[in-house]
Amino acid sequence: MMPPQTTGAVTFDSPPSHPKLWLDAVNEWFTTVDHKRIGMLYIGYALVFLLIAGLEAAVMRIQLAVPNNHFVSPQVFNRMFTMHGTTMVFFVGMPILFGFGNYLVPLMIGARDMAFPRLNAFSFWISAFGGLLLYFSFIGGDGLYGAGTAPDVGWFAYAPLTARLFSPGHSTDYWILGVFLSGIGSVGTALNIVTTIVCMRCKGMTMSRMPLLPWLYLVTSAMVFIAIGPLTAAQMMLGFDRFLGAHFFDVQAGGSAVLWMHFFWIFGHPEVYILVLPAFAFANEIIPVFSRKPIFGYSAMVGATVLIGFISLGVWAHHMFTVGLGPAGNTFFTLATMIISVPTGIKIFNWLATLWGGRIRFATPMIFSIAFLFQFLIAGLTGIMLSAAPFDWQLGNSYFVVAHFHFVLVGAILYMIFAAFYYWFPKMSGKMLSETLGKWHFWLFTIGFHLTFDFMHIPGLMGMPRRIYTYEADRGWAVWNMIESIGMIFQAAAILIFVWNVVRSYRHGEEAGPDPWDAWTLEWSTASPPPHYNFAEEPVVHSRRPLWDLKHPLAPDSDYE
Amino acid sequence: MSAHTAVLTQSTGEWQLPDKGKVGMVCLIVAEAAIFIIFVLAYIFYLGKSLSGPTPAEVLKLPVLGTVCLLSSSLTVHFAVTALERNAARLCALWLALTVLLGGVFLADTAVEWHELIYQYGLTIRTNLFGTTFYSLVGLHASHVIVGLGMLGLALLFAVTGKLNGSHAHRLHVLSYYWHFVDAVWVVVFIVVYGLGR
Amino acid sequence: MSFALFLALHDMDDMPAGHAMTAMQTHESWWRRAIQWVADLFSTPTSIFSPQATPAHTIFSLSMLVLAITLAIFLAVAGLMLYAIIRFRHRAGDSNADPTQVYGSNQIEVLWTVIPILILVVLFLSTARVISVTEQARKPANALDVVVIGHQYWWEYRYPASGVVTANELHLPASDPKAPTPTYMTMSSADVDHSFWVPNLAGKMDLIPNKVNVMWIDPHKPGLYLGQCAQYCGTQHAKMLIRVYVDSPADFAKWIAHQKMAAEDDPAAAEGRLAFEHTACVNCHTVTGTSAKGKFGPDLTHLASRDTIASGAIRNTPQNLRQWLEYPDSMKPGSLMPKMNLSIHELDAITAYMASLR
Repeated sequence: MMPPQTTGAVTFDSPPSHPKLWLDAVNEWFTTVDHKRIGMLYIGYALVFLLIAGLEAAVMRIQLAVPNNHFVSPQVFNRMFTMHGTTMVFFVGMPILFGFGNYLVPLMIGARDMAFPRLNAFSFWISAFGGLLLYFSFIGGDGLYGAGTAPDVGWFAYAPLTARLFSPGHSTDYWILGVFLSGIGSVGTALNIVTTIVCMRCKGMTMSRMPLLPWLYLVTSAMVFIAIGPLTAAQMMLGFDRFLGAHFFDVQAGGSAVLWMHFFWIFGHPEVYILVLPAFAFANEIIPVFSRKPIFGYSAMVGATVLIGFISLGVWAHHMFTVGLGPAGNTFFTLATMIISVPTGIKIFNWLATLWGGRIRFATPMIFSIAFLFQFLIAGLTGIMLSAAPFDWQLGNSYFVVAHFHFVLVGAILYMIFAAFYYWFPKMSGKMLSETLGKWHFWLFTIGFHLTFDFMHIPGLMGMPRRIYTYEADRGWAVWNMIESIGMIFQAAAILIFVWNVVRSYRHGEEAGPDPWDAWTLEWSTASPPPHYNFAEEPVVHSRRPLWDLKHPLAPDSDYE
Repeated sequence: MSAHTAVLTQSTGEWQLPDKGKVGMVCLIVAEAAIFIIFVLAYIFYLGKSLSGPTPAEVLKLPVLGTVCLLSSSLTVHFAVTALERNAARLCALWLALTVLLGGVFLADTAVEWHELIYQYGLTIRTNLFGTTFYSLVGLHASHVIVGLGMLGLALLFAVTGKLNGSHAHRLHVLSYYWHFVDAVWVVVFIVVYGLGR
Repeated sequence: MSFALFLALHDMDDMPAGHAMTAMQTHESWWRRAIQWVADLFSTPTSIFSPQATPAHTIFSLSMLVLAITLAIFLAVAGLMLYAIIRFRHRAGDSNADPTQVYGSNQIEVLWTVIPILILVVLFLSTARVISVTEQARKPANALDVVVIGHQYWWEYRYPASGVVTANELHLPASDPKAPTPTYMTMSSADVDHSFWVPNLAGKMDLIPNKVNVMWIDPHKPGLYLGQCAQYCGTQHAKMLIRVYVDSPADFAKWIAHQKMAAEDDPAAAEGRLAFEHTACVNCHTVTGTSAKGKFGPDLTHLASRDTIASGAIRNTPQNLRQWLEYPDSMKPGSLMPKMNLSIHELDAITAYMASLR
């Protein structure tokens, strides 16, 4: 175990007893421009919204547990699925992934901070404000019991349902504004990430010696530039329609509902890759460390990622197979979507090859990563099923699609977020999370996840469309819905255990030291938590695994790469 | 591997990475370009689909003055940057002033055009699909011109008050990227709206 | 596999509740009853695995191919993963030294790039064929044309050839494979996006305002097929249900003939008719032969000939009808049928009139 390159570390202030010091602590967090603090703000913010959006899901699952249920009204239910989706994508997914990116990218490339620290802070606070604005909508209109004027148009807000004519209140406006602001924050953070990676790598770290996590964040950020614009533009157009009397999506004036769909999905499809690439990034760091081997096929992984980034910009209309694109359009988008499975498959195979011949240790980060591998495989395969347009004519807009994307968002992304949490929490706080509680968290969540989402494929195959607040008893969907709702209970329990683990470990966890996992990238060469300035001296690297080189001076990576 | 070690020398020097400002600005330009492209696509998609009201051919005139001014301002801002790189702050101020002036003329030209469209032809954003897409696209561009003029005006202020010198040249260079972008967008808008569209 | 079993046990009985009756039910053995239970669980009225018409049949065949391929891939890859995590785990007693560091292999990368591409070629070509066969099918001369217009939250059906206009319950003639008479549906929407999905008959197709989509159904077996709107369209999206009655050609002709007739003018319901024509009902609804010519709501000319009201959500009985007229939100909250605030007397009379519109 090599000694840390830096001495001393700034620990978190223990809760001050004097009131004045509380204010100082709060002020520090509000005015920080330190990428590590901003990263933690993003992560904390996202976790709070994860709980809220989880509650929204719970409401839906209770309502759907039995046919013709009256737990909530259709109006409330419609707000629940809209807010659940919007929150999870924009105020859980994006912030938590940017949070980890913010924290890790400068550390992993040996930099002192992000390229534009003040822009970094601004990006966080404007996104945070967007989320608060979105949730303020619950208080509008008739107030909470009718669920106020919270958006109820679905997270993709199809026109013309969002026109003034069909959505007379302000629910759509809150959707537009909240998400618009989060988009600005996303572009700001992406800009920071790209500039940091291109301009601030430490000496010796050529692009091909950069760890895979920054590589994937680079591609993700490039996709943010290209994908967020269409959403922002479409939202501006919708805003013009609603407030200035414009006709972008006004079908009565010759406007096109399908145009909204195109613009939205030109954003929406890359968006899901923006969400998943960071999960891949975590897997690329965690799986090798716990297999005790380097990632298999570094160059192939980089190439596959770049390919995924490009191709994902050209598959959007597979969300529109039922819209009447015509056989040419349907065939083209089927082909493009099928093609993207090739680089995605390459990644899965490379992870498998990393495990192969390793000496696998099943610490909590690793068991989440292994579950990720199986679940992402399934998600990818159901994606291939949906890519066949005629199959999608049956399964599109059904619970089969809901099951597919929850396998991606929860089974792959959330699992890797948990893995990343268990892996990097020691670095961020200086304390280890409890392995025992971690395993309880894992198993309870996995049982719940599979109860809910495995069985969810079945009602889809049995004809159950999505976004319905109830269903007829004679459809044969009731049994499956009940099972799915029971699964929700396990997931909720697991999340509570996770939160408890975080709180308890932060106070009483085992000391982590700089490198508790015997890992190989630069963040483990500094103290836990790192000092304000990250590294006392700028690191100089000669290979992709600088700490491996230091720990194995007789067989450094630089001899083999 | 050997190609990479050639980058790193024994001494501390020669680890050169690109300038942060330029990379950041390029990123911003890509993101903004994505927004503009969507508005341009909407404009093209809706050509000929208005159910009523004036058509582009009926009401649009080539904005020659504004275009010449705006495109020239790219040249003048370039000269401002090269002047500052030579530490010629006063010359830089002059070129900046010219840039702001030309940009201002472009905006004024746009304002006159819109005034005519609204009051003479009755074309507003709510009149028909042409009005909607025209005002949105041209307005979005104009708003970017305004922001650019604000930034250039600030730089001009610094130049005139003697606070600008050669060490700031790379920042002015980054700002000029934005201004060139705004001009490039105008070229596209000009071709699509006043060229193809009519 | 189990799907073949479902098909073997699944009687294409067309009862909406998906009641499957087979000879196996008479056996006592528990495992046969277990299989029956599982089959019943999966033989639901809207399953995509019980195709009763083209193109549902074509899509079903493609889906079997896709499922087979993806299942094979899953078993292979997941199998390897499972093997890896068992075989290469760190066991107690293993050395703590790191294993041989392997960085990659170009040959393997090529292998697992080329093999998936080959699989995809097969998948893509099969899919492209089905797309073509479905979307570029030539329309036979004897095809029936139906115009479908989506509304919040009901379906309007028009038969241009006969001038029939009805709502919510679509009747189609069964088609003889030797001389096909498929139904071609020309679809659009009067308000927001909707989607027509009857899984047993075909894939779904969206109804989009200011856009016309066309789909066709070639049903071979008479019966009742269920479905519902599959594109979120507002508050009552969940209860915009679809009922498709595939009739024998003779029955279909009878149905059309009946629907073409003007509304029944039952003297016993005269009072109700009068009340109806003097209330705002006529602004939204049409009853041919009366002064009611509204187009916003469903055509009520032959309302009593339908099994359900409120787009399949409510059984068409006099009590339900009365409750619907009195307080629509108590049955389908958020539907655009307003509370008419009728007196009890008017309510009874109009209900009786509606019930008389056979």
